[in-house]
Amino acid sequence: MKRPGLLTRYARLLALQLRMSLVSAMQYRGDFLVRGLLAVLGMTVTLLPVFIVFGQRAAVAGWSFPEALVVVGWFTLLRAVLEGAVSPSLTAVVEHVRRGTLDFVLLKPADAQFLVSTAKLEPWRVVDVAGALAIFGYAFAHLHRWPAPRDLLAGAVFLGLAVLVLYSFWILVVSAAFYVVKVDNLSYLFQSVFDAGRWPITIFRGALRFIFTFVFPLALMTTYPALALLGKLGPSTAAAALVGGLAFAALSRGVWHRALSMYTSASS
Amino acid sequence: VSLAASSPTAGWLGLRHAVRAFPTLLRVGLAEVVAYRAEFLVWILTTNMPLVMLAIWHAVAADGPVGRFDQKQFTAYYLAVLVVRLLTSTWIIWQLSMEIRDGTLSSKLLRPVHPLVAYAGQHLAAVPMRALVVSPIVVLLAYAAGDRLALRDPKMLGLFLLSLVGAWLLIYFMMVLVGALAFFVDSALGVFDLWIACHAIFSGYLVPLESLPAWIRGPANVLPFRFILGFPVELLVGLLDPATAARQLAVQWGYVLVLAGLALLVWRAGVRRYQAFGG
Repeated sequence: MKRPGLLTRYARLLALQLRMSLVSAMQYRGDFLVRGLLAVLGMTVTLLPVFIVFGQRAAVAGWSFPEALVVVGWFTLLRAVLEGAVSPSLTAVVEHVRRGTLDFVLLKPADAQFLVSTAKLEPWRVVDVAGALAIFGYAFAHLHRWPAPRDLLAGAVFLGLAVLVLYSFWILVVSAAFYVVKVDNLSYLFQSVFDAGRWPITIFRGALRFIFTFVFPLALMTTYPALALLGKLGPSTAAAALVGGLAFAALSRGVWHRALSMYTSASS
Repeated sequence: VSLAASSPTAGWLGLRHAVRAFPTLLRVGLAEVVAYRAEFLVWILTTNMPLVMLAIWHAVAADGPVGRFDQKQFTAYYLAVLVVRLLTSTWIIWQLSMEIRDGTLSSKLLRPVHPLVAYAGQHLAAVPMRALVVSPIVVLLAYAAGDRLALRDPKMLGLFLLSLVGAWLLIYFMMVLVGALAFFVDSALGVFDLWIACHAIFSGYLVPLESLPAWIRGPANVLPFRFILGFPVELLVGLLDPATAARQLAVQWGYVLVLAGLALLVWRAGVRRYQAFGG
């Protein structure tokens, strides 16, 4: 009997949080326009190296140009999620920890991780989502085929998984704020490493490949979803990725709870 | 706020103060780097894009060179990008726009040393630590570039060092210029994002400029971005002949003068407008 009550309560809370960030974003309409323009420019910067590299060769490490574009599409989509929904909220947590205002969040009668994760949203990132869809469209038009319904389903599952892993990793970075306080640089590091996700991970060799598959699982975020959409992901890899991703999410939730217990209010 | 540092009579007196204060400023800056060493290390790791691009080009050039570049030359190029980038970049823009917004700048304006000199000292102080980090990369680079490395010829070495100083000054004054916009608008960081995007394309940071399609290479060769990174890098790995290098050095220093003039103009106008919140 208790479960549905809890769910509807959190759904209502989520809607409220979303409305609040929409309202505050709409206050700065001029900013909205500039940000949209910047998003388009950012997309150009993302695509340019891919165009140049594949301008030299028809295929690199077994990836053709349109196939690599599918990876870029995933990267753009995930970056929209990261910078539009995940990053702004969690950067605010870091500020809360440093100033001691996290008290106000912890005192509220709802899950703290839920509250801080949904606190802020940057709606203009929708431009990036549209860009990602355009890239997918262009890529599949050049492949002369469209993904089968089964592949679309697999892609959707992997989108969920990718967002989960991305979010979990970010939670780990934020948890570090409870220990080292000054974590701004750490978030820049996160974003700079994430940038490598625009490339299919199998192009890399040796140490970089290991890091991007197991340490900072970029493969899980962009390459595997792309392979799923292309219908090229083997079932055993898919299963391993799913199990690994879920385990990782559970781990990061655990770390968050431990870090939270370290928090000593800095305010009066 | 009335300001000693920006009044016209300050002239010579200000300069003498600055010269005398500079060693102290350097010491303070060095102490800061040592105190925040973890942050310093993380910042170095943030500059990982050249290594990723290097890995990509290695895969591409595995079955034959791309233009003038074979695998070894790509290695030399991107290691040189790391060296120049780590030695010349500063983060004054974030500091400046934050201090203007929250009013911390006021205390800097009251000191007898011009704030821009103080910032410069603080950032120059980090250079020895950076050189320490960069030196192993230089060894690898010397191996990859072989006898084309500029360090072997004293004349080219001189040109390279001058271009490095020029690159540092260009970045510094550009950041002051954009950062000082925070005097006029709420957040100058949007403009800076625009700069970062242009820098990635036009400076040679992502891909060597000669591998760009002609319609981007044209503007890239004239815009200031190339002189921040691509020019010293190409000079270092021996992609430029001495005559071209000397000519481009002149262009670079021309840009330094123009940007310095613009930055100081905007700074002066900004300080006149500036009304600090609190103390």
